[in-house]
Amino acid sequence: MSLVIDGKEVQFTAGETVLSAASRAGIEIPHLCAMDWACKPEASCRMCLVELEGMPRLQTSCTLEAKDGQKVRTRSPRVQAVRRNIVELLIANHPGDCLTCARNQNCELAQVASELGVRERRYRGLKKNHALDLSSPALVRDPNKCILCGRCVAVCHQVQGVGAIDFIDRGFKTRVGPGFDEGINVSNCIFCGQCTRVCPTAALMEKSQVDAVVAALADPNAIVVAQVAPAVPATLMENAQASSVRTMLLRLAAALKRVGFGAVFDTGFAADLTIMEEVSELIKRVQTGGPLPMFTSCSPGWIQYVEKYRPDLIPHLSTCKSPQQMAAALIKDVYPKHRDLGGKRLVCVSLMPCTAKKVEASELGDVDFVLTTREIDELLVRYGIDLNKVTELGALDAPFSSASGAGRLFGGTGGVMEAAIRTAHKMLTGGELKGGFKVEEARGLEGIKIFSLDVGGTTLNFGIVNGLGRLKPILDPLSKGASNLHFIEVMTCPGGCIGGGGQPYDSDPEDIRVRLERLYDADRRSTLKTSHDNAEVQELYTEMLGKPLGEISHHLLHRSYIDRRSEER
Amino acid sequence: MCQVDQIIAGHEELGKEHLIPILQEIQAKEGYLSRAAMNKVAEATGVPQSRVFGVATFYNQFRFAPKGAHVIEVCRGTACHVKQSLKLAQHLTRKLNLKPNGNSPDNKFTIITVACLGACSIAPVIKMDGEFYGHLDVEKLDRLLDEAMQENKEEVHASK
Amino acid sequence: MPASNLIAACCDRCTHRPGNPCRDLIRCLAEGPICHSDDACAKTRQARMANARRGGQGTLIFVGAGTCGRANGSTKVIARIGAFLQEHKIAAEIVEVGCVGYCQRELFVDVQKPGEPRLAYADINLGNIDQLLEAVFVRSEMRNGFLYGRHGDVGAAWADVPEINTTDFFKKQVKVVLRNAGIVDPRILDGALAAGAFAAAAKAVCTMTPEEVCNEVLAAGLRGRGGAGFPTGQKWNIARQTPRAQKYLICNADEGDPGAFMDRAVLESDPFFVLEGMLIAAYAIGASKGYIYCRAEYPLAVERLTSAIEQCRQVGLLGTNILGSLFSFDITIKQGAGAFVCGEETAILASIEGGRGMPRPRPPYPAVSGLFGKPTVLNNVETLANVPVIINRGAEYFQNLGIGKAAGTKVFALSGAISNTGLVEVPVGIKLRTIIEDIGGGALPGHRFKAVQIGGPSGGCIPEQHLDTVTDYADLIQLGAMMGSGGMVVMDERTCMVDVARYFMEFIRNESCGKCTPCREGTTRMLEILTSITERPVGDEERRLERFRGVLHLQELASTVKEASLCGLGQSAGNPVLSTLRFFRDEYERHVIDQRCPSGECQGLAVYEVDNATCLGCLLCKKACPSGAIVGERKQAHYILVDKCVGCGSCVTACPKHSIHLVSEERACV
Repeated sequence: MSLVIDGKEVQFTAGETVLSAASRAGIEIPHLCAMDWACKPEASCRMCLVELEGMPRLQTSCTLEAKDGQKVRTRSPRVQAVRRNIVELLIANHPGDCLTCARNQNCELAQVASELGVRERRYRGLKKNHALDLSSPALVRDPNKCILCGRCVAVCHQVQGVGAIDFIDRGFKTRVGPGFDEGINVSNCIFCGQCTRVCPTAALMEKSQVDAVVAALADPNAIVVAQVAPAVPATLMENAQASSVRTMLLRLAAALKRVGFGAVFDTGFAADLTIMEEVSELIKRVQTGGPLPMFTSCSPGWIQYVEKYRPDLIPHLSTCKSPQQMAAALIKDVYPKHRDLGGKRLVCVSLMPCTAKKVEASELGDVDFVLTTREIDELLVRYGIDLNKVTELGALDAPFSSASGAGRLFGGTGGVMEAAIRTAHKMLTGGELKGGFKVEEARGLEGIKIFSLDVGGTTLNFGIVNGLGRLKPILDPLSKGASNLHFIEVMTCPGGCIGGGGQPYDSDPEDIRVRLERLYDADRRSTLKTSHDNAEVQELYTEMLGKPLGEISHHLLHRSYIDRRSEER
Repeated sequence: MCQVDQIIAGHEELGKEHLIPILQEIQAKEGYLSRAAMNKVAEATGVPQSRVFGVATFYNQFRFAPKGAHVIEVCRGTACHVKQSLKLAQHLTRKLNLKPNGNSPDNKFTIITVACLGACSIAPVIKMDGEFYGHLDVEKLDRLLDEAMQENKEEVHASK
Repeated sequence: MPASNLIAACCDRCTHRPGNPCRDLIRCLAEGPICHSDDACAKTRQARMANARRGGQGTLIFVGAGTCGRANGSTKVIARIGAFLQEHKIAAEIVEVGCVGYCQRELFVDVQKPGEPRLAYADINLGNIDQLLEAVFVRSEMRNGFLYGRHGDVGAAWADVPEINTTDFFKKQVKVVLRNAGIVDPRILDGALAAGAFAAAAKAVCTMTPEEVCNEVLAAGLRGRGGAGFPTGQKWNIARQTPRAQKYLICNADEGDPGAFMDRAVLESDPFFVLEGMLIAAYAIGASKGYIYCRAEYPLAVERLTSAIEQCRQVGLLGTNILGSLFSFDITIKQGAGAFVCGEETAILASIEGGRGMPRPRPPYPAVSGLFGKPTVLNNVETLANVPVIINRGAEYFQNLGIGKAAGTKVFALSGAISNTGLVEVPVGIKLRTIIEDIGGGALPGHRFKAVQIGGPSGGCIPEQHLDTVTDYADLIQLGAMMGSGGMVVMDERTCMVDVARYFMEFIRNESCGKCTPCREGTTRMLEILTSITERPVGDEERRLERFRGVLHLQELASTVKEASLCGLGQSAGNPVLSTLRFFRDEYERHVIDQRCPSGECQGLAVYEVDNATCLGCLLCKKACPSGAIVGERKQAHYILVDKCVGCGSCVTACPKHSIHLVSEERACV
């Protein structure tokens, strides 16, 4: 089946839109609101209009179903004139501070304006004048840069199932904001940042801490150390052409040390530690009668969700801190004993694929700054370093330098579960999991996975939720007291951390799938497969912690939660 | 607050489809939509708070501040426009020193602009407290306002 | 109290019961009894019908109490009539009816004494109701200064009183949709049944297939009366042929065009026929559930509909197994919440589903996938009100109602600078001139017709030279207007056409939902340009230049907004501008180039002049002027610099000798 687009014959599959078919054939039709991986097209930006032979009116290619024999023109003079006028209208109601705007290298509005050759601002008149929202540590909203494409609203309601922001008012006064149009820090936002990832302009961004990190690096009285989340090197590999996750991680370490970081740690180490504590906690609950099911607690968006929407689930959350927070607690407590700081203060920077980690850090402390994957490049560029051209391999620092394959898997959906099962098996049976330690049931990108495993005579039931929008089927039976699951992994972002709100802008489902494969590859290459066999972890227990769930663990590595539901009635 | 609870309890079904009718009933009872009311509706219907607010702010009917003692609807339909209703609207804004939400500072009056009241034969028209007043000009309007203010004074005296 | 006397059993043998409806129910009212033979029963039924047709027994006083009636004080008048009757110990029943359509002459009070025709008295208000009552009841002076005409024929004795439909306002109208408005009591089912309601529904549901019903409506040539003019039968067929278990029928009663009140009148005056139309439509497409989406600004219509629906339920005309068939249908009323855009099909769907009333892309079309994803047909009130007529009288009858190739009638709401304001129902295809001059009585005395605006904010203005155009869909579109919902606002020389364009653009801009870029942003820019044209660019050259450039952009913007907008609101947003530019370009040029408003309406371009003969030279106006536009010294005549004047009129108020006046070219000519 084929149609003709701009004179070129293009194949399509049944039910595909002209926009999608064109894209696969290398013909990019400008569009600012369509996001077919997330939701049905709303056809609100009107940029993708095309001429369809036989139809007097222009058609939006995002809704136009491809049919055999159609003749479509995407760049006819009529279409270009209309498209250009629409961009001019957007520009007329947009600030003119492109030179100092944080998105000026990759703003989609600037891109289409450039493509259409817009060289003057013809319309002068009323411009919207809304207040900046700087209220939260994670996200910044600038409604004046919003082009009302609706992607953020679609992602928040339909993909994440949260619905913290929506359109407010009508017509020219329309803006996007949280309920009652106040700061998001007092809203039901969980700071997952999926909105920032899909926003075409700088209307929604993470709150940048690059300047603060640069200042810390320049401070002679500070030693700045970094911890790197497992998802980060798996993502940076995209453009750096590194052959493996570990290679990328070591190149990143080299670059970070070049700009002045005193040490680089692997958050994967803390992932292994989390497994020790969390699996012990799980087994204890299973043996002493609850509360079950137990939920993982490493995804801060999920924690925010529980605290704001379902505080009744708090007893079910694991009391373990996330790997970021465990690592930071240890960095602040243990590292000074490991290395003489010479009276300088220790600054801990974590590199995360996640915007909610900025909130988690501000709530729990120990982490001084969080940089998202997007901010890493920004930081290195300040020092003239192009990460994609770095070839030397740096070193990670003791005592938090090693991570097992299990710990590496944390970066993707099902990873925490697989790592946990490997260690649970050992803890319950004394023996190792057969079959190369792989837990196939936990792998892949389905929205919900539910499966059971016989672990040394005990049948344990597991659940994996891939993205907060998939939560409902798991929670419904729980509300009725009818859940038979023991342990549930919840990742806020689709795909897990590799799909996080702080990840690169043009990530689509295919990118996420590729990143997940890289994590599996990293696990395969690793000779150390299990968290409990991580020598540095074992040493930590021997030297300091004693046993999992011991008193010091409780103090350093565990946390409590707060009911954050709106009190207004 | 129990009025809102009663209204919600009066609905057998409470999905998204019932959001607007519930908000309309609350506004009819309380005169406006308070934050607390909207929060209750969000919880009862399962519609996120941001969406309740987003829906409520979309429609002209919903108000977010209590109404004044007298509500005046000024018709801005075509027939009324042709008969200078804009001047009436402007006069009211100036004379009563209206705030952006349409209330006078002393909350005695709320002025609402309506696209069309459907009483074109007596244009220009206003509706004050449910009563129609047609064939208006600025003088007649002033007299109406004065009468309304007199009523207020009488009520105050009566209650003393 | 039973919902209906007509439907009540005539004797024990009557088989109709709620829960066991009889398929001959409606036929029986006029022709019955059908299931058994009995002279006494037949007489009973005939007497009931006669009574219901008359509207009641004894002396009846009908008062027009629709919204426009209430706007003219009907509530107080009714109270006064009641008091008068008590004072004078007169036995009479007051019946509230809807709107007869002649709004200019409201209130209408009809009096029907036994044996006499129903006589209509016009121009009644609280100030003169006593005079009328004295004349009619105390002195038995039926023929008096208020008498307008009579309803129906009652022999030679009343031949001197004109029958209503022969009077100037009504004689060229063809009342189909409005035939019961102002006549029948809209509050009771029996009033409608006596006027023939539900006979068509019975015919459709009991003797026709859904396909036959659709095709009859298709053959009749009924087109959507809400504005778009899509063939109704075609829309029904699409929905009928989409195989889904659940389908919906929605009556679009969100009449939002300013200056349009046809649907309101129909809903308030004759709600049962609208329900009947819905019933037939639902049967035709296979819908078991219906909604009426009625705007919140029509509380009386909502009240009437709510009561009508409840009464229909009580007698089994709504609910399950209607008239003994397998067809079930019930209706919920949803109130709009103040958004003009919610008159758009897909916006109504979004609103009923509980969301912001933002339109959706089509395809998928609602007839295939609409409310909650199910096949849905949306029809306008007037469209539905025509359906029973088509089923009763046939497609050919309906076709022949129209002139030429057009079918059926259309209700127009005539208002503005015209002698007779009101609702008129005329054959589609009638000349505009007939409506404006013959029925409407032409321009107001002492004034000159300038244009008629048809189609509301989506329509256009038609000047005098095109008044011989016929009111048919294609013909009006050719002129850059459109049939629209039926709002017709007449303008005379005192109206500024640029201001009209600006007024509609402001309306559209305020009502834009904000979803799509061209409408949201484009209507604001067009409004800014139009506003700048109606003001003087006081100040710098920059503003002057901007004003010029703006006009050049206007056409391009209007075109983009038309081509690129998501829904009909945006797509027709440019129509008022384009239409006035087409026929009144000279007025635009005067505004832009000469900075004058010929009709004197644009305050921002007002030209004030000091009469040197009477000017004292007191400087008071100079001090009052906010923009320093007055020059003059003490004891010397003052002079207003037009280029600096912002048109506020403060000088006029300040002048103790009333020496300053507005210069108006148009008004000077008349």
